[in-house]
Parts: sequence; C-alpha cells; structure tokens
Amino acid sequence: MSAITVRDVWLEYGDQIVLERVNLEIAAGGFISLVGPSGAGKSSFLRLLLGQEQPTRGAILLDGEPLRPEPGPDRGVVFQRYSVFPHLTVLGNVLVAFEFELSPVLARLRGAARREAIAKSFALLEEVGLEAHRDKYPSALSGGMQQRLAIAQALARKPRVLLLDEPFGALDPGTRAQMHALIRKLWREHATTVIMVTHDIKEAFGLGTRLIALDHTRLDPDAAGRYGATVTYDLDLKREGPVPVLGFLKDTTKPNEEINP
Amino acid sequence: MNIVPGRGSRLVLALLPFVLIVLVYIVGSAERRAANPDDKLLPPISEMAQTVHRLAFEPDRRSGETVLWTDTAASLQRLGLGLGIATLIGLVAGLSIGLLPVVGASFASLIAVLSMIPPMAVLPILFIVFGLGELSKVVLIVFGVAPFLVRDLALAVGSLPAEQLVKAQSLGASTWQLAIRVVLPQVMPRLIESVRLSLGPAFLFLISAEAIAADTGLGYRIFLVRRYLAMDVILPYVAWITLLAFLLDLALARLARRFFAWSYLQERR
Repeated sequence: MSAITVRDVWLEYGDQIVLERVNLEIAAGGFISLVGPSGAGKSSFLRLLLGQEQPTRGAILLDGEPLRPEPGPDRGVVFQRYSVFPHLTVLGNVLVAFEFELSPVLARLRGAARREAIAKSFALLEEVGLEAHRDKYPSALSGGMQQRLAIAQALARKPRVLLLDEPFGALDPGTRAQMHALIRKLWREHATTVIMVTHDIKEAFGLGTRLIALDHTRLDPDAAGRYGATVTYDLDLKREGPVPVLGFLKDTTKPNEEINP
Repeated sequence: MNIVPGRGSRLVLALLPFVLIVLVYIVGSAERRAANPDDKLLPPISEMAQTVHRLAFEPDRRSGETVLWTDTAASLQRLGLGLGIATLIGLVAGLSIGLLPVVGASFASLIAVLSMIPPMAVLPILFIVFGLGELSKVVLIVFGVAPFLVRDLALAVGSLPAEQLVKAQSLGASTWQLAIRVVLPQVMPRLIESVRLSLGPAFLFLISAEAIAADTGLGYRIFLVRRYLAMDVILPYVAWITLLAFLLDLALARLARRFFAWSYLQERR
C-alpha cells in the first residue's frame, strides 16, 4: 500500500506533447479509475508509472522516493492482452514470480523452497478461482480466466501499486461483472493501491474510490500535437466523502475531517 | 477444402505418388535394358540391391571398411557438428540481438551483411585457411546456416509482445532470468523449425564440400563413381541421403512437439 506523487509531469515525443502539467497526489490504498477519450495519454501515463517510459519533465515519487526508471516488483501490472506466459501452465505462471524472486541464476526452485512457493501460488489461484485449472496452459483458458490468472500473477510479489490497463476491456458483460467483484475483493484483502485505466465509465465509477479524467484542455487546430492532455476531472467517489467536486485537485487530508472536525 | 481424408485413406494417398514413381522407373529401366543390355543409366532394382548389399555389408577390398557406413558416419559427423555449432550460434546471438538493443544495434547489420555472402563463394577461402580436412567442411555448414538462424531467431524474439517482457520485469525478473525463463522457451520451437528448414542447405553445403575435397563421405562417393556412370551406386546413395534428411527432419519435429507441446495446442490438424 503506497502513495504516489506526480509532480508537474510532461511527456513529449519529439514535438508532439502527450501529457502536460500533470500533478497528482494519490493516497495509499485508493482505487483510482483513470478515464479519458482515446489519445488522451491514459496508457502513456500508466507506462510512466510502470517505468517503461520516463517523463520528459517532472518527477514521479513512490512513497516519497523517485520511481525506479524500469519496471520492477514494486509495481504489478495487468494488461488487456498478452499478460500471461503461454509456455507456462496456470500454476507455472504464478510460480515463476517466486522463482524470479528466490533463484537469481537459474530462476528455478527445488525441494522445500519449491513446495512452499507452489503452496503460495496455489493459494493465489484459489483466491481467483482457478485452482481446478492449475495444469492447463493459458491457451486453453477463456479470456476472463486468463485475466484472473494475470491478476493472481501480478499479486504474487505483493506489489505496492497494482496497475491495470483496460483489464476487462475484452470481456463480455457477464464475465466483466464477475471480474469487478473479484478485483474489489482482492483490492480490499491485499490492501494495495490500484490504478485502473478504463474506457467503461460505469466501471470507473463503480469500482473506483477516486476518478481521474485526462483530456486536452487546449487544442491548436493547425498542430494536433501542440498541447498535451492533463487532469480535467478529479472526483472523490468514496461513500463517506463530500459531493464530488469538479475541476480542482483535492488535498490529501481525509474528507471526513473536513466535514466533521 | 471440406473433404477431409480419413486415417487409412490419408496413408494410401500419401504413398500413391511414390508407388507411381517406382512403377515408372521399373518400366523405363526394363525398356532400356531390352534395347541395350549394357545400359547403365537406369539399372534395374535387383542390380541396385546387389550393389547396396556389397556396399553395406561386405568390407571393401582395398580399405577393408564397409563403404556405406564409413561414408554415412563421416557425413553425419560433419553435418551434426556444423548444424550443432550453427544452432548454438543462432541461439546465443539471435537471443542477444533480439532482446538487447545494445547488442542489436552493434551486430544486426553485420549479420545481415554476412548472410548475403554466398557460402560457396567463400569455400576456397575456407579450404585455404582451414585446410582440406574436416574443419573446412564444418565451417562451411556453419557459415551457410548460422546467419539465417541468427536473423530468424532475432526476429522471433522481436515479435514477442512487449507486454510479456514488462510483465516479467514487474514480477521481478532480471534480464538474464527473463531471457532464460520467458524468451528462450518461447523461441525454442521456432529455432527447431528453422533448423528443420536449414537441413536442406546444410546437406547442400556438405555434399558440395565433400565433392570438391574429401576422402570419405556420401557426397564424395557419388561424385567419385560418377566417372564410371555407376548409377547403381548413385541412385541408392541419393535415396539414402534423402532418407537421412527425412529422418532428421522427423526427429526434430517430434522433439519440438514433445518438449514444447504448449506451442502446438492451437495448430490446425
């Protein structure tokens, strides 16, 4: 469970500005929904948080310390597709996370360490309801099951932040509803900070404790890439919170204290 | 397209063209023999069987060795060494070039240029540098096959979804761990397929090198007896080489399906 600080972040590709003046304080333990139209830099922002790309200007801090400039076990991720390894079984997909952790040279475990890692992996599979499919390969799983596996895998290293890039975008509505219940349960139990990019506004409001919208505030009709997207809405969705306020950044003090001092 | 043969009829259909070719040969051979009893171009199958028996089971009068097995052993050793070394180079270099941008930037263009050099054009250089012995033949096979394997494998590594590499890193994998646990197993089936495709060129280089300078080997033998128009040796040798290549190919295909079964789950058929 970790807090993230985004300080005046700009992201530019050559003369194309994708993000500009992004300032955010994300409190630990929140479930942040990130929405916005296509091309508003949602996925780019997630890649910055992941460490896959670096901001052109500004800084991102995780618990007050600068983010490591490459993906690491402190930030778990689930993508829309290609998130699981096709050459490993369901169990192997989760197990490999522990093997990376404990066996630096061979990335394989033996004996007691292996049995312990298998037990831990199996517990995670039980949490996402895949224990019956432990020996199947991902290609034999449905889309929803593959995403469950990807989530179990991402939780294995107990990440401080869990990043979800349209994780349920390719699923049918019924499966999606099940996945919503699952991710809400896991978020509470694992007490991790979740940041989810989504196109589905209903999903964004339904799951999040806070909703952040990215969009362009200025447009130059002659140069499409002249202005970047920035935070346009920042809504507090917590049940105990005040009525959502549009268009300004909240400070990190608890909303309850503001109402009932 | 929608008429699918069953198991039995598939076998019959597969054997049919072979049976036809043999029939045509038998008829042709008999006709030529009828016209000219000394014809050497299409020896009858009985004659070839005698020759094969002599080559395979009777020691040679001068060397005391059974020619067919000595030739086969020599050729397979060269082929195995050449292909083995080429595969190893393909694996290590292809993986590094495909996965590590620094290595790719340094060597990708070099490999691209190397793969354009016709291997037979450098054979004289190999003979001069490495002598006429085993080494130059092995090096020719390596030179002919390795650049293709390197490029093919680098492409296969490059076509792995970026999401997977990021995911592995977010699970704590180092570059080395990622290479051996995520990338290597996923490109191995592709490597085996490329080696299968390289069997043809590898045999081509082997036989060419043996034809030019050798004292034993399958290619050496057929080019040696060519002077005597000994079709009764050449035809069985060609069939034998084909059979060897076919069996190698089959073995590699089985190997891939045995150890990388996950890769063939989605296959049609």
